[in-house]
Amino acid sequence: MGSRASTLLRDEEIEEIKKETGFSHSQITRLYSRFTSLDKGENGTLCREDFQRIPELAINPLGDRIINTFFPEGEDQVNFRGFMRTLAHFRPIDDHEKNKDPNVSEPLNSRNNKLLFAFRLYDLDKDDKISRDELLQVLRMMVGVNISDDQLGSIADRTIQEADQDGDSSISFTEFIKVLEKVDVEQKMSIRFLH
Amino acid sequence: MGSLSIWRLTLVVFYIVVLIHGSSAAYGNGKTPTTSSPGQPSNPVHTFPAPKKEYLPVFQMNYPRIQIPFEITLWILLASLAKIGFHVYHKITVWVPECCLLITIGLIVGGIMYSVHEESPAVLTTDVFFLYLLPPIVLDAGYFMPTRLFFENCGTVLWFSVVGTLWNSIGIGISLFGICQIEAFGIQDINLQENLLFGTIISTVDPVAVLAVFEEVNINEQLYIVVFGESLYNDAITVALYSLFKYISQMDQVDSIDIFLGTADFFVVGFGGIMFGLLFGFVAAFTTRFTANTRELEPVFVFMYSYLAYLIAELFSLSSIMAIVTCALTMKYYVEENVSQRSCTTIRHFLKMWSSVSETLIFFFLGVTTVTSKHEWNWAYIGFTLIFCIVWRGLGVLVLAQIINNFRTIPFTFKDQFSMAYGGLRGAICFSLAFLLPNTFPRRNLFTTAAIAVIIFTVFIQGITIRPLIDYLNVRRTNRKLMTINVEIHSRAMEHTIAGIEDLCGQWSHYYWKDKFKKINDRFLRKVLIKDNRPQSSIVSLYKKLELQNALVLLDSNGGISGAPSLTSLQEQKPTKPETFLPEEVWSMQELLSKNMYKIHERTLTYTRHSLPNEIRTKEILLRRHSTIRKSMRKAGTWQTPAAAKYYSLPPTVQNLQPRLRLRKSSLTGDDDGDDDIASEINFPPARPRLQLRAKEPRRALQPPRNKLETVNEVRTDSRRTPMVDYENRGGSAMSENSKGRGTGTKRALTPMRQFGLFNEQGLKNKEKEDQMEMEEFRYTPAANRREEAREEASDSETTHPLLNRPMHQYKP
Repeated sequence: MGSRASTLLRDEEIEEIKKETGFSHSQITRLYSRFTSLDKGENGTLCREDFQRIPELAINPLGDRIINTFFPEGEDQVNFRGFMRTLAHFRPIDDHEKNKDPNVSEPLNSRNNKLLFAFRLYDLDKDDKISRDELLQVLRMMVGVNISDDQLGSIADRTIQEADQDGDSSISFTEFIKVLEKVDVEQKMSIRFLH
Repeated sequence: MGSLSIWRLTLVVFYIVVLIHGSSAAYGNGKTPTTSSPGQPSNPVHTFPAPKKEYLPVFQMNYPRIQIPFEITLWILLASLAKIGFHVYHKITVWVPECCLLITIGLIVGGIMYSVHEESPAVLTTDVFFLYLLPPIVLDAGYFMPTRLFFENCGTVLWFSVVGTLWNSIGIGISLFGICQIEAFGIQDINLQENLLFGTIISTVDPVAVLAVFEEVNINEQLYIVVFGESLYNDAITVALYSLFKYISQMDQVDSIDIFLGTADFFVVGFGGIMFGLLFGFVAAFTTRFTANTRELEPVFVFMYSYLAYLIAELFSLSSIMAIVTCALTMKYYVEENVSQRSCTTIRHFLKMWSSVSETLIFFFLGVTTVTSKHEWNWAYIGFTLIFCIVWRGLGVLVLAQIINNFRTIPFTFKDQFSMAYGGLRGAICFSLAFLLPNTFPRRNLFTTAAIAVIIFTVFIQGITIRPLIDYLNVRRTNRKLMTINVEIHSRAMEHTIAGIEDLCGQWSHYYWKDKFKKINDRFLRKVLIKDNRPQSSIVSLYKKLELQNALVLLDSNGGISGAPSLTSLQEQKPTKPETFLPEEVWSMQELLSKNMYKIHERTLTYTRHSLPNEIRTKEILLRRHSTIRKSMRKAGTWQTPAAAKYYSLPPTVQNLQPRLRLRKSSLTGDDDGDDDIASEINFPPARPRLQLRAKEPRRALQPPRNKLETVNEVRTDSRRTPMVDYENRGGSAMSENSKGRGTGTKRALTPMRQFGLFNEQGLKNKEKEDQMEMEEFRYTPAANRREEAREEASDSETTHPLLNRPMHQYKP
């Protein structure tokens, strides 16, 4: 597992990824082996079917949306860099990163970027607003069949009402951030990546 | 309800009376009152007054002949009726776990029997327990064990079961020995070996009790699998220690060679059990490969091979529990591939039934024998036993958890550790082991009494209080103040995301081994053990099972399709002006959400003792996915291209599909009803008339499933051989995407699931979608490529779908 990965992943690539995402060397190698094992076509990129082949994702209510986030705008394939870039959002925030100076671009796993990731799960048309319909879609995906459309509709209304401050009946990213300001997003949206 | 319960009580009392009467008849009468022949003196109670001359005996009773089966049946009935009775009183079952109630009833019945000076019923011996009552429960546990979870936690389970049991037994034994030295308690005659033996007996955590209690506590999966796995796998070390200490206790000296032999014995016992389990598991899997023509016997093979594994392990004094659990684990995967759907259901239901009956009987008998067996009570010994059990278990869990936390991805919190320690219930195994002690054993009765006391204590006190304690601990943790609806929804979304990403990354430490195993599995084992080797995954089998099992269930439950949300209607809703919501409304919304939002799938317990595994949530998700995809596809209008027609054209071999496909095409163009789309592609098997009702077009020909499978052929004629599956359409995202025409990759036509021919529900089709993930043979060509594919299709018609090789009777109703 380890040896195969390292022969295919050059060290300078690892360094680049490390700089961009902040993962450690061993984490990158491990994730690379996972990447290659998912890559059944063995062409160095993953397509959507490779993701869909993961059984647990199929029965995850938000599985499709998650898969979508890996693929940048309009593309069908994601290479390892892109894969790591998306995964980097879930890296736990290190303490020493919290006080970086604002001139450096925000690391991928900052709180803001994590929230942006979550926001994009809802916002498919990428207009930086979660409309009522988009919210309803996600709600419906997360909820069983016992809730009727009406109930769900009123829940969605209530959600928007709570969050909406500028009165446009949709949730913008700023409003989204505001609503979740007390939630420990750093912890909720982080995974302990194995070494 | 009150009258009903009274009725039940009278029934119960009636049964008890009959039972006692029956036993007394057997025990009391020396003679058997068979025929009322005039030659014998008139027999008491059973016969009519003796006739004056030899008439043909019209009415005769022969009780002893049927005595044993009769009593067994009555006991089973009584216990099961009692179980029904409990559920009448909901309030009780909320607080008191069922096993406690069963023991209570057993105590009552035992008390009745004792007062009538009856012996304990002949059916209850340790042999009966170990040979007949225990195997179904353990088999059920092994068969339904969540394998992935188990293997992830394998190390922890083994650690706790082996080292933990050792720790407990030796600790309790030595401390009790220390207590025995105190003269005031009058138990000095118990030597170290006997104490150690007793320590072994008393420290075994019992799977029956653990299951019974944890089931109701809604504990998280990790914890559950560890405690439950521990209870199963400590059998090996228990058996080893038991025989070691029993042997030693009958000798005066303990040499080091004995300890060494004891260790060797442990390994033999453990691995021997596992080997036999594996052996029989593979043999069973292999056998089911050939049972295509004897479908009715398939469950028999499953049960008999498992039982055989158990018995052979008992024969060699190996760990029979491990044998049967290993057998079930091994067998399940392959057997479920090979057997028919009905056999699968039968196996599951029978297992649940037998294990329920066994469990009921065990607790019931525990109560009865408590009253009817000989006791010797010694306050000091029993009291200290209790104390030491609790203390050592707590210490053991604490120390072991600290050590094993370093190796775990998900460490145990203190709350987890407390639950584990508190959930270590003793049960009937402990009791039977005590009973197994030879009668020549000094102080045997004391041990038996102590064992019973500990069992009753743990089951009652710990069983009853564990739920409030856990709730209390939970409540303290979660902070409900911040829960606005937004927070709740978004948090849940984030949790699902995290779960998904974790799964995506294969975040378990054993992934490497699983991958290796999978390779070996696919290359060798599957070829041998599964007929018509199909490259399938667990998801595919899950898909098949769900689809076939739940077709009718979905039909019944709230009208399936109509119950599923129609996203078209959602889209058409005009945005309403924001209303103000009353706080009660908000609160009820929050309740609604928290009850109905899917729990993150790692956190919920999928194995339940008293019912078949719950696949409702998966069904719902897949159903929903399918419905949204179907609608999005039609919205995108992707079916109306001429390539679509070509796409559905027949492979050269099957002609009679032609009319169906024409019909399908025509149905595509006009309808706006998702049901029609689904229905038009559905090939209902002829044997399911109910499904026909949902088919709205009478013109649709019912074709045998084979044809449907063969239509998949066309799908695969994409020579590009890259699977293109439209999953983006799930959740209705396709609607917005397709309507805006974004991205080349997003426009994909999702062909209707046609593989299995048993669809009547959107949800069933979703199962096929799962197939696609694993099986590259399912190709759904994107609309953009359909024309290409259509051109290539004519040339490439030899590729056969692996599903086509599946024997058709798989899908026989």
